[in-house]
Amino acid sequence: MIKMKFLYCTMLAFFIASPLAQAKTNIFACEPEWKALAEAIGGDKVKVTSATTAFQDPHHIEARPSLIAKTRRADLLICTGSELEIGWLPLLLRQSGNKDVQVGQPGYFLASEQVERTEIPEKMDRSMGDIHAGGNPHVHLDPKRLLSIAEAFTQRLQLIDAENAGFYEAQFERFETKWLDALKGWESQIAALKGKKVVVYHKNWSYLLAWLDMEAVADLEPKPGIPPTSSHLVSLLQLVKAEQAEAILVAAYQDDKGARWLAKKSGIPVLNLPFTVGGDKESTDLLGLYQNTLTQLLDTLKDS
Amino acid sequence: MKVNRFLLGSVLSSSLLMSSYASAGEKIMVDKEEYEQLKAAVESLMRSNESNKQAVMNVEQVATQAAASAKAATEMANRVEKRTESKSGFASSGGRISGNEFNPAVSLILDGRYTDIENSQLALAGFQLGGEAALPDNGFATGHNELAISANIDDKFYGSMNTAIVYENGTTTLELEEAFVETLGLGHGLTIKGGRFFSGIGYLNSIHDHAHDFADRPLVYDALFGGHLAQTGLQANWVAPTDFYLSLGAEVTSGSEFPGGTNDNNDALSLFVKTGGDINTSSSWQLGASYFATDFSVREAGGHAHGGGAADVDNELKNGEVDIAGIDFVYKWAPQGNPKQTNFKFQAEYFMRDEKGHAEFTEGANSAEADYDGEQTGFYAQAIYQFMPAWRVGVRYDHLEADNNFTNFVNGGIDEDEFLEESGLGAENDPNRSSIMLDYSPSHFSRIRLQYSDFENGYGTSEDMFTLQYIMSLGSHGSHSY
Repeated sequence: MIKMKFLYCTMLAFFIASPLAQAKTNIFACEPEWKALAEAIGGDKVKVTSATTAFQDPHHIEARPSLIAKTRRADLLICTGSELEIGWLPLLLRQSGNKDVQVGQPGYFLASEQVERTEIPEKMDRSMGDIHAGGNPHVHLDPKRLLSIAEAFTQRLQLIDAENAGFYEAQFERFETKWLDALKGWESQIAALKGKKVVVYHKNWSYLLAWLDMEAVADLEPKPGIPPTSSHLVSLLQLVKAEQAEAILVAAYQDDKGARWLAKKSGIPVLNLPFTVGGDKESTDLLGLYQNTLTQLLDTLKDS
Repeated sequence: MKVNRFLLGSVLSSSLLMSSYASAGEKIMVDKEEYEQLKAAVESLMRSNESNKQAVMNVEQVATQAAASAKAATEMANRVEKRTESKSGFASSGGRISGNEFNPAVSLILDGRYTDIENSQLALAGFQLGGEAALPDNGFATGHNELAISANIDDKFYGSMNTAIVYENGTTTLELEEAFVETLGLGHGLTIKGGRFFSGIGYLNSIHDHAHDFADRPLVYDALFGGHLAQTGLQANWVAPTDFYLSLGAEVTSGSEFPGGTNDNNDALSLFVKTGGDINTSSSWQLGASYFATDFSVREAGGHAHGGGAADVDNELKNGEVDIAGIDFVYKWAPQGNPKQTNFKFQAEYFMRDEKGHAEFTEGANSAEADYDGEQTGFYAQAIYQFMPAWRVGVRYDHLEADNNFTNFVNGGIDEDEFLEESGLGAENDPNRSSIMLDYSPSHFSRIRLQYSDFENGYGTSEDMFTLQYIMSLGSHGSHSY
């Protein structure tokens, strides 16, 4: 009986203590790019945690105890959506017992579903690999889509934390101005990349390449989500030569062993790009991520 | 009124602007998310409108607010214009609604195996077996083919059913493993589950066999719970609003299944607590403690098709009670938290069971009975290492120990030695098993496993078991818990 009483007391203590921690809006971001966005808009009015780092594959994350605890405390969740997090987010939501961030609630914000997606499969079959019915979810490397998402997110944040709606509006405007300025700068540089051909590890570069008017001639993965096999790599060797691909793009979280093999055999360089915020030292925020990605692409591909 | 009309006007105009913004792209379709958003925005404005009726004092404030929102709307319009000017990418209406989004998720697990085993009759010295505790048949067999259907029922409930279709000795049986409904985001970290479900005790108990790392369950689960502790009743689970993970769970259930039995009141109670966290980005852990108690008027031992052999054998425990307590621990490691290339998992569970009852064993006209008081413990520890993508190796050690006491023995044609042996309650040596396994998973949906076990059942015989197994997952493959 004493044990039970102790249990009740601890539970009670947690209930009482919980409202005290509610000063800032708690945001749970599934990926670092959305953490960066939430911080850019939310400023010091929000507390953001990211479920993943740039070195983790957002397709494959475990619903760890620490993530359940974070989901439990979130007021707003910002994730990519389009099935990217299907292996772990539904479980976090179910186990968290948090009303505010369930599907369909204002606290449930899916970034990729705010914009149009490409590569929506005509047909779904597992023999095609791990494909997403909702289309390619990796939308954050298209600057225009990113701005649309930022705007939709601002509206959502205003809904969640109406008290600071004006602040968020001002933050968004500041972000937008900076972004459009930067975009002007980038667009003046990217002409040099037009029409360049590359090999990618996974289809997570599609939006970036579409923006840059570049072309991915092959994937290192034989099928989406299936790790590169040696027979597939051998077949790519000929393709790289035939198509005159100029580099192999690999994200920080992807293993570059296959890419290095192909690079050695074909003579084209491997580009280990950050892919998201935190993927390398320079990519500390979204602007840095874009700038650094472009600089690396330009350095490698400009005059080749 | 003037203010209200102004407000309404601004709501209408901004909604118009927003909808024109939505259809600015090539597709006219308004996506559900956006519609919800629009609705919510309008509602929130309506709400502020409502409160203004009550507080005339705020009229001025509202007017400025409305003016501000009108200004924002104009700015938004400018922005939209600016955006539609530039060629592509800004279109915001997204994607299409796929046809089966509203259907439940259907998942089929195919499990087949080839086992090389001399004696597939499971016996564990000192333990009366029940539930699904068994060894696989020698040769080719289909294992636990699982069909699971689950979905969010509406915004308040989630439902799931999991059945196992098992073909054994010429008959096909359908086993209802789980069929439950669960609240979705009840709030305050609370979740209520009702129906038939795998109890939340232990670590492996609520995880279905296809997601286990070995071809068979740990001996301690077979011996103490008859495979899994499956219960019918209610479960409440609460996640504390703390930085670290702390969850408390309780279940009130019928207790009618092994290690419980027939009882007339819903007498089983389970309690469990789990905590865990990250040590750093590479490693995380979870620690749990659990307790289960029930009592029963009759518990049939032997269970699961194989039985004890002849049909006129009756092996029962009467007016009994069972208490089980356990701790479980899991540690996972992956370089920088990215398990794709390599990862490591260690898990261990320890349970102790205390049970009392009146044991009766009859065979034809002969019988024996005694008052039984057993103290049994068991544990397993295992380590799994993925050394390269798709390939994992694992080792596991299982150990059981029984200390059973008997008083008031009555010989009705069966002497004490025979009684102890036939009823399964006589403890001799400690049953134990060592296993190693290697598995290959070319994708997330398929796995082929080779396993070798050296099994000592406590009666002095050592048995080698080789298993070659496939586990394939078709359809939607639900996420696995930590």
